[in-house]
Amino acid sequence: MTIVWIIAAVMLTAAAVVTMFRLLGGPSTLDRLVALDTLVAVTMCAIGTWAAFSLDTTVTYGLTALALISFVGSVSVARFRVPDIDKAGGSRRLR
Amino acid sequence: MNALDIVTAVLVLGGSTLALTAAIGVVRFPDTLTRMHAATKPQVLGLLLVLAGAAIRLRGHVDVGMVILTGLFTLITAPVVANRVGQLAYREQNIRDDLLTKDEMREFAGNGEDGGNGQN
Repeated sequence: MTIVWIIAAVMLTAAAVVTMFRLLGGPSTLDRLVALDTLVAVTMCAIGTWAAFSLDTTVTYGLTALALISFVGSVSVARFRVPDIDKAGGSRRLR
Repeated sequence: MNALDIVTAVLVLGGSTLALTAAIGVVRFPDTLTRMHAATKPQVLGLLLVLAGAAIRLRGHVDVGMVILTGLFTLITAPVVANRVGQLAYREQNIRDDLLTKDEMREFAGNGEDGGNGQN
């Protein structure tokens, strides 16, 4: 059973590290928002795996709080952010 | 190591694999809409699998309700975020038209409306 937790931890760590690239280097705000959502979801996966590994149930409240805060934060950023495209030049930002 | 432990192991490993797949998709896909596809569907399924594994392993505790509640919140709120991000990405043309096979939003845009979301 130990090997299962080790494999899960390695995969989740790799997922978080890979998501960081898009979070830091995403060309537009929406890409960063999507990457931040993915990072929070990976964090929630890691917390759930930790709860399953250690049988420690105190972290489950943090799991629920993280789900709610992630939703409110994502919707707020999508609603109130400043559009970052250059409409006058008509240039499309890709990659 | 009984049968429920094996089920937990399969669920946690499947969820971690889906999370890694979603992360790779977020980095590798070419535009915002496809990145959003990777960040919503495999990610939410992976999170639900991990939470199901945790709920099976934590069976009998009172706090399993919080795990189930987290799964329900994620299932409810993920489409809302995906809808907002997708609509914003389309409106700012932050997508690649050559990758679209069908564009049903174009007729809305032609009528001077923005999909009727009440923003702007």
